[in-house]
Amino acid sequence: MSYRQARFDEGLIQEMKDTRDEDELIENILPDSMLRKKLDIPNLHEFEVTRHYTRLSQMNFGVDTGIYPLGSCTMKYTPKLGEVIVRTEEATQTHPLQNEAAVQGSLQIMYELQEMLCKIGGVDAVSLQPAAGAHCEFTGLLMARQYHELNGDKRDEVILPDTSHGTNPASASMMGYRVIEIPSKDGRVDLDALENAAGERTAAFMLTNPNTLGIFEDDVLEIARIVHDSGAILYYDGANLNAVMGKTTPGKMNFDIVHFNLHKTFSTPHGGGGPGAGPIGVMSRLMDFLPSPVVAYDGQKYFLDYDIPKSVGKVRSFYGSFAVLLRAYVYIKMLGSDGLEWVAERSVLNSNYLKERLKDHLDMPFKDLRKHEFVLSGAKLKERGLTTKDLAKRLMDYGFHPPTVYFPQIVEEALMIEPTETENKETLDAFADAIISILGEDREKVAGAPYDAAVGRVDEVNAARNPILSWKMLLNEE
Amino acid sequence: MASEEPEILKELGIKSVEELFSDLPSEIRVEGLDLEKGRPEREVRKEVMNILAKNRTVGEMPCFLGAGVYNHYIPSAVSELLSRSEFYSSYTPYQPEISQGMLQALFEYQSLICELTGMEAANSSMYDAATALAEACLMSVRITRKKKIIIPKSIFWEKRTVLENYAKGPGLQIEEVAYDGSMGTVNLTQLKDAVDGETSAVYVESPNLFGVFENFAEVKESIGDALLIAGVNPLSLALVAPPGDLGADIAVGEGQTLGNPMNFGGPLVGLFACKKDCIRKMPGRVIGATKDAHGRRAYCMALQTREQHIRREKATSNICTNESLGAVAFAIHAAILGRSGLRKLATENISKAKELAGRINSLEGFESPVFKSPHFNEFVVQSQGGYSDIDDYLLKQGIQGGLPLSTHFEDLKNCAVFCTTEMHSKEDHDMLINALEGIS
Repeated sequence: MSYRQARFDEGLIQEMKDTRDEDELIENILPDSMLRKKLDIPNLHEFEVTRHYTRLSQMNFGVDTGIYPLGSCTMKYTPKLGEVIVRTEEATQTHPLQNEAAVQGSLQIMYELQEMLCKIGGVDAVSLQPAAGAHCEFTGLLMARQYHELNGDKRDEVILPDTSHGTNPASASMMGYRVIEIPSKDGRVDLDALENAAGERTAAFMLTNPNTLGIFEDDVLEIARIVHDSGAILYYDGANLNAVMGKTTPGKMNFDIVHFNLHKTFSTPHGGGGPGAGPIGVMSRLMDFLPSPVVAYDGQKYFLDYDIPKSVGKVRSFYGSFAVLLRAYVYIKMLGSDGLEWVAERSVLNSNYLKERLKDHLDMPFKDLRKHEFVLSGAKLKERGLTTKDLAKRLMDYGFHPPTVYFPQIVEEALMIEPTETENKETLDAFADAIISILGEDREKVAGAPYDAAVGRVDEVNAARNPILSWKMLLNEE
Repeated sequence: MASEEPEILKELGIKSVEELFSDLPSEIRVEGLDLEKGRPEREVRKEVMNILAKNRTVGEMPCFLGAGVYNHYIPSAVSELLSRSEFYSSYTPYQPEISQGMLQALFEYQSLICELTGMEAANSSMYDAATALAEACLMSVRITRKKKIIIPKSIFWEKRTVLENYAKGPGLQIEEVAYDGSMGTVNLTQLKDAVDGETSAVYVESPNLFGVFENFAEVKESIGDALLIAGVNPLSLALVAPPGDLGADIAVGEGQTLGNPMNFGGPLVGLFACKKDCIRKMPGRVIGATKDAHGRRAYCMALQTREQHIRREKATSNICTNESLGAVAFAIHAAILGRSGLRKLATENISKAKELAGRINSLEGFESPVFKSPHFNEFVVQSQGGYSDIDDYLLKQGIQGGLPLSTHFEDLKNCAVFCTTEMHSKEDHDMLINALEGIS
């Protein structure tokens, strides 16, 4: 596929010149001593601003542009109904502190979403509060901490496998835990290593299933037994829930705390990095620890229930990212039980098909059946003086967003590919053909890529060494 | 689409997609999901809109609530531009060459936050003001290696709860100082006494929960070597001196104020900025300017070695997904208003609040504003006869009153914080005044 991204020499908005006069202001609104002297923000016309941001958008690649197969990010298509509904006044124009009688619509959506997530996750209760997956990990570990403390149990370690997402150890360490990383065996949790690591100091074990290699941890019940025998909590990182909806549930796998990434599994758009939403689900023994409030229903009206005896309280302001929750609600309603199960099937089918098309062209460690994603190694590119990064950059010239690269860290020169269910066979074939074609290209061609993106290869090392984080810093530099 | 599935199965050499799930042990299998079947868009749209119609929006019912979430007019161009799916259907710009649009938009946002706050560096957003405050406190501990944080009583109580949860991991001690009973600002004598050799940072916000402006310069003088974390309302910063010029080390705030609807309280946008010498201790994603292979200006994620996907348990924060799109909305709204529009809007908010506070004050049995320091678009109202009955009475009149303070402030039992913005018409104000008159 040939592709050329738009390229504008678009300066920063801060560099644009005033084209509008000053408005008249009411005098003496505040004492002079409080006022600022200067405000460097240009006065522009709306059409200038519109053109600027339209040009910027054209220098950006989204799922609506083409395949965006970032592993563990589940970059699927968002049905547009959700986008239309979240922009209505009924959705946007409510204040979180309004009297409950005035916000019955929003509360009903939240209540029903809690119920639906309970069923999808196989859990007993859900709080919609956390703002993202990592935030949910933080919340789950906060609950685990409170649970152990109230049991008079001093536990100071969190165990996780070396395939875990970076947020897992970061969340554990933010919650004050020592992180114990155990090595994997054949791409799965090493049960002996887990047995050796788990004990009276273990607060929780965090696991993604299917894991970040796309492999299903088929020993999950044995893992749960080991973790529970040690008195610890088993935490489900829900980043990869897409692959198993309708086939199994985290509850059925004996997890205690479960997170949902609504921006992954339930298609709410990723927004260039956010917002997302990371509702938390728990089994009954941890219900009393959920962040408060949860939305409850007394048969007549919906209400914010703060009566959660051992609640950890708030992890953010208010009740959750309502506009994101609403999109997920719409998505689940549209797809329903049959649609969500199809999502799991098609995402796994697509991933296995793409894997089969590519596995003889690049190395694939751990020759197992995969779920919704798989990991290849670009190690053999090195023989030609190339890297996975070069391959990723060259993919852009073919009109594809590169997969996740250099993660998981246990695979050398990793490419982590998650096509999701929203790609057809033609696109999968074109993507595979592109990779195969690149492997046959001249070294120099690949090493110099990309050629057809908005800019050439970006010097990221310089950005790290010499951070310029604002226009003013840039002015000093240039 | 379904029609090509048999073809893919055939190429994989399998008969059924179930074979791809053969690695799930039978003990954990479920037979489908216990949910309704999928439905056409037309039906779902109708059903969801029927549910949402049960809301009484602030357009249908004048609402005088603020406390961190504000009802401002969002120009149509903001939501139109934000609807460009090149922006909203992208993710974290890990691959800069193909993501320059989002990177530049976020770099401009960071530059705007720096300009408003008087700081040199900003990140590309946290979840909300409360978590931005909590992360700022954790950052101060990374800088000072001390563990005591001082906060004023005069902040929205949810911020304190959130901070307490973030403080548990590193074991921070949080101490609260009182406000001046007449001005509503932080009590500087108490603050000075509270600061000691163990104090890492002091948080003060302006305007605070009572809507009054604090004096950051005086605060800075009272806290010795402790870091000053300034809480800001970005709209008020169009007029008032930026905290970076007044000695603050870190600035945090709520970015919902511009570009983002109230949305029943989320998503919000956490603003986060700091001085240049602390940038390597910052949490979250930051965008930097650099060059491409042809020497042209380009943008990419900078200082990634602080972040969880590289640094794992040694990262400065666990944050990954943030509020980028909300940050872009903020920047677009500010760009449309420009310097002049921002200043005009801020002025209008102050003037409206002054006028409304004055009108309430002239009613028998009411005092407003209770606190005398200059205020932004919120102010505290006191009613001689108590406030809780008034709240119910206003609701019956179709008005959502202010935020009652009785649950969290012993000495403000009869008080509530009222907020007004450019969204209130004269009729909205009249309606409130008439209703309150009916009580007094």
